Amino acid sequence: MASHGIEIKNLFKIFGPRGKKYIDAVMGGMSKTELNEKHGHVLGLKDINISMPAGQIQVVMGLSGSGKSTLIRHINRLIEPTTGSVVYEGQDVCQMSKSQLQAFRRHKTAMVFQKFALLPHRTVLGNTVYGLEVQGIGKDEAKRRARRWIDRVGLTGFEDHYPNQLSGGMQQRVGLARALTNDADILLMDEAFSALDPLIRTDMQTVLLDIQEELKKTIVFITHDLDEALRLGDRIAILRDGEVVQQGTGQEIVLKPADAYIADFIKEVNRGRVISVGTIMEPTPIEGDVIVELKPEDMLEVAAQVMAQQEEIRANVRDNTGKLIGSLRLKAVVDAMVTAATH
Amino acid sequence: MSLFTEFPDMSRSELRDFKKAIDGAFKDFIHAYGQGIEDFFKPLLYFLKWFENLLVGTPWPIMLAIVAALVWFGSRSLWLVLGTVASMLLIGYLGMWENMMYTLALTTVATLICIILGIPVGILMAKSNRMQAIITPILDIMQTIPAFVYLIPIVIMLGIGLVPGLIAVIIYAVPPIIRLTNLGIRLVDPDILEAADAFGASPGQKLWTVQMPLALPNIFAGVNQTIMMALAMVVVASLLGVHGLGLEVLKAVNNQYITLGFMNGLAIVAIAIIFDRTSQRFGKRLQKHSEVIHG
Repeated sequence: MASHGIEIKNLFKIFGPRGKKYIDAVMGGMSKTELNEKHGHVLGLKDINISMPAGQIQVVMGLSGSGKSTLIRHINRLIEPTTGSVVYEGQDVCQMSKSQLQAFRRHKTAMVFQKFALLPHRTVLGNTVYGLEVQGIGKDEAKRRARRWIDRVGLTGFEDHYPNQLSGGMQQRVGLARALTNDADILLMDEAFSALDPLIRTDMQTVLLDIQEELKKTIVFITHDLDEALRLGDRIAILRDGEVVQQGTGQEIVLKPADAYIADFIKEVNRGRVISVGTIMEPTPIEGDVIVELKPEDMLEVAAQVMAQQEEIRANVRDNTGKLIGSLRLKAVVDAMVTAATH
Repeated sequence: MSLFTEFPDMSRSELRDFKKAIDGAFKDFIHAYGQGIEDFFKPLLYFLKWFENLLVGTPWPIMLAIVAALVWFGSRSLWLVLGTVASMLLIGYLGMWENMMYTLALTTVATLICIILGIPVGILMAKSNRMQAIITPILDIMQTIPAFVYLIPIVIMLGIGLVPGLIAVIIYAVPPIIRLTNLGIRLVDPDILEAADAFGASPGQKLWTVQMPLALPNIFAGVNQTIMMALAMVVVASLLGVHGLGLEVLKAVNNQYITLGFMNGLAIVAIAIIFDRTSQRFGKRLQKHSEVIHG
């Protein structure tokens, strides 16, 4: 399935009855506090520009009140923007007519919610077919497709259970199956795993990554959990007070935090799982006998493990084409894993 | 100074003219359109008559079996079925079988019409705040105005008989189902509605796949209330010449027959309890999915 990227350009959202009136003032630099105190309007999003890559996972991270849930709702326009555009396949979602928007939501997007938002009066199967039912697809066909995804998320045997009979983790599997059954290019996940226990959360992340390996959808994943963001995100955008403070890959953010706020955020991160060998290797391979060979995409944790097992302090790096492209010393690995970033 | 001791009311003659003018206008209106109004309600009369004859004409053992089956279907409670059969046998033994059938027919038809009218109005109210603002005070009036007051124009319009009785019952009994349909739809979890929106559901799809099913327990509570209020109105309806248990109560009041009054009054109570328990249990079964097993 050919996925497309999502381009968010100059997106502003001001909550309140006359949001449009204050847009110029906000563009001119009026602060969130001033807008709220003097005019009683709330600045939700300020000048968001994110280019979400096709077929990859874009994580939007931020604490509560940072505007991340507002942002994801602009992609399928559950919230109307004040100004700006969200472009998908050359079409601006913000300019779509009602019927265009309905078709876009039915065929191009699917969403998973923090609080699951399942239909309590319907069984697992009844919930899973919902998207297809809305599209007007026949019952038998819808059930056939839904069963496949129920199986894929590991709910076989629970088709006839009601959501209330399931645990939180299983309910969210239903939410995921419901979204995947829709077979849409874009998967919107609004803090989809935040309400789950840590172990189940990790489990669900694995399920998602496995599925993504196969489907290559354009996934927008909202979270407040940095570990989750680093594990899932091909790209990460960090939001604070409705503004993007930094975006890039997980490594970029961990290695070069844009400001003290983010530096504070990443302090507790397990860097060995985020930084890859390719990032810190020396560009010259070591001549002669080197026992350990690593791949550039290996994470430092793996590198340290392998070198320690072999009782080696040196390793060469070989890329997928079989060419030696660099080398690495254990000291550099340990340094990168433990040194807090300075800026 | 007299302003303080005497209320500055309209003069007697002005007030008389005022009332006369309105009464006159209404009577002229009826004079001009009375036949049309009567014809309009003819199908209702035929339907009610047909239904009454059906209930009265059906041999009593079959009727008893049908009612028992309906109670079983609604409640799945053997005790309730037994209680129903026992009380119906007793009512019949005491010579009130036919009157009970008349009352059952009126209540059933009134409830059906209340459902047919009330649910769409309730949906309309839930969809628009303006409609809610307009309809709520009308419902307040319908529920609080003394029934005798609206009996007057009904009698002028349609005279005495089954249809005016039915209309009086409906006016009194329809508000709960409208209110609870409105409430039920408004109480639907906005998160679930948002999910339906996110999947591109049209307003109609949202209504039928999310709002109505989730509002159903409340709507059902409305139906239950409507049935109870319809039964409570049968005595008042008998003032308009509706036969049945209510008319016997009225006779008992007029003649001070204590036993007759209590017998028929308690028969109404018995029917009310059967309706209430059955519909409540049915409503509970509708919510079976909300039973929490774990989690």
